[in-house]
Amino acid sequence: MSDAIVKHIRAPFDEATARSLRAGDSVRISGTILAARDAAHKRLVECLDRGKALPVDLHGQVVYYVGPSPARPGQPIGAAGPTTAGRMDAYTPRLLAEGLRGMIGKGYRKPEVVEAMKKYGVPYLAAVGGAGALIARRIRKYTVLAWPELGPEALAAMEVEDFPAIVVIDCVGNNQYEAGQTPYKTLQEAV
Amino acid sequence: MRDISASTITEAVARLCVEACCRLPGDIHTAFEKARQSEPSVIGRDILGQLLENAEIAEKETMPICQDTGLAVVFADIGQDVHITGGDFTEAVNAGIRKGYVEGYLRKSSVAEPLFDRKNTDDNTPAVLHVRIVRGDGLRLRLAPKGAGSENKGVLKMLVPADGMEGVRKTVLDAVQAAGPNACPPMVVGVGLGGNMELACLLAKRACVRDLNSANPDPRYATLEKELLHLVNRTGIGPQGLGGLTTALAVHVEWAPTHIASLPVAVNINCHAARHAEAIL
Repeated sequence: MSDAIVKHIRAPFDEATARSLRAGDSVRISGTILAARDAAHKRLVECLDRGKALPVDLHGQVVYYVGPSPARPGQPIGAAGPTTAGRMDAYTPRLLAEGLRGMIGKGYRKPEVVEAMKKYGVPYLAAVGGAGALIARRIRKYTVLAWPELGPEALAAMEVEDFPAIVVIDCVGNNQYEAGQTPYKTLQEAV
Repeated sequence: MRDISASTITEAVARLCVEACCRLPGDIHTAFEKARQSEPSVIGRDILGQLLENAEIAEKETMPICQDTGLAVVFADIGQDVHITGGDFTEAVNAGIRKGYVEGYLRKSSVAEPLFDRKNTDDNTPAVLHVRIVRGDGLRLRLAPKGAGSENKGVLKMLVPADGMEGVRKTVLDAVQAAGPNACPPMVVGVGLGGNMELACLLAKRACVRDLNSANPDPRYATLEKELLHLVNRTGIGPQGLGGLTTALAVHVEWAPTHIASLPVAVNINCHAARHAEAIL
């Protein structure tokens, strides 16, 4: 891990924590985060559509887009790197309106998601994609909260300690993908 | 004529599943180390360091490098003097995938049907199987599990001859830029040129799983590979899309004869977990 200055933060997030994060910040998260990806997101939004209670109160929660590989006996979890966040874009504004306070994944987000993030004060962080074994070491416990039949796509809670992430888009819309890439872009024939 | 039993094939495939998913290939490892020396971005170097650390942990604990252990893509070159005994070949391969993914604690990422039920097959079958009949009495199996983060960024363009080199360049660069951080750079870019629609895609996939240090045997295409890599690394995308000069570790091009009216270009992008393992029976 880097020796650069890192912010140590707790999850769930309070509003002040969420708003204090700036694009480019390196963070280590300790506490409890949710794990959910495509199928769980679809079901969460279906619950909202039908006026049913969600299996978990989303207020202050940080969701990690992940579908872990199975745990070997005696281990809390298998490899557990981030999945592509953009696939959750269709569901995200609804969940932010329900109080979701942070998201961890990898890759670009749609402009309407960024607008919702600004509206509700929610940052988006990236974990290193493909570093599934390294990240697994920072996860102490994995507990399925709902929909176990979805296997790796079940809704779960994860206890994490010093979970490494980088703030990519902050609550005011600063974007570290853009800021980080610009200095190294020398390709003029823009495509 | 040489007999190879279906159970030998099953055992080999099962072993390759675990090896491919949990052990970073040597060529990729060396490329990470080189890139860590040359990458000017601090965060880029840090990410490359994390990827090396990740590979160490994965190998030591026999844990997947990446949780997305992919659809199991199998390239089989079967010698025409081989006789497979005790079962059919496709089922032998799928039995190996089943055994490898279940017993190896690999993630099952295959759904039986794409649109309506999307029910997980729970054993990662079926394999995506590409068979070639070749000379001799050997059987070469190459397993390349492929995650969806990068696979979803693949592109096929049916260009026409007048689009030429410029069209090829633009197709590749457009694909890489659209992929960005989603495809988990530093990536390996496979380009398939020529053939028809489905052949171009297969060529791109074969290009993707070539050894990182290999070059196209035709010097004109080898030069094109270098030129495209240079361009891709000027996009600024860098490791994980957070900026830098290491956007791709390699660009590989494979080509085939094509129609007088066509210039198909397929781009298959692989993430940095460019997994592949091989067995020769």
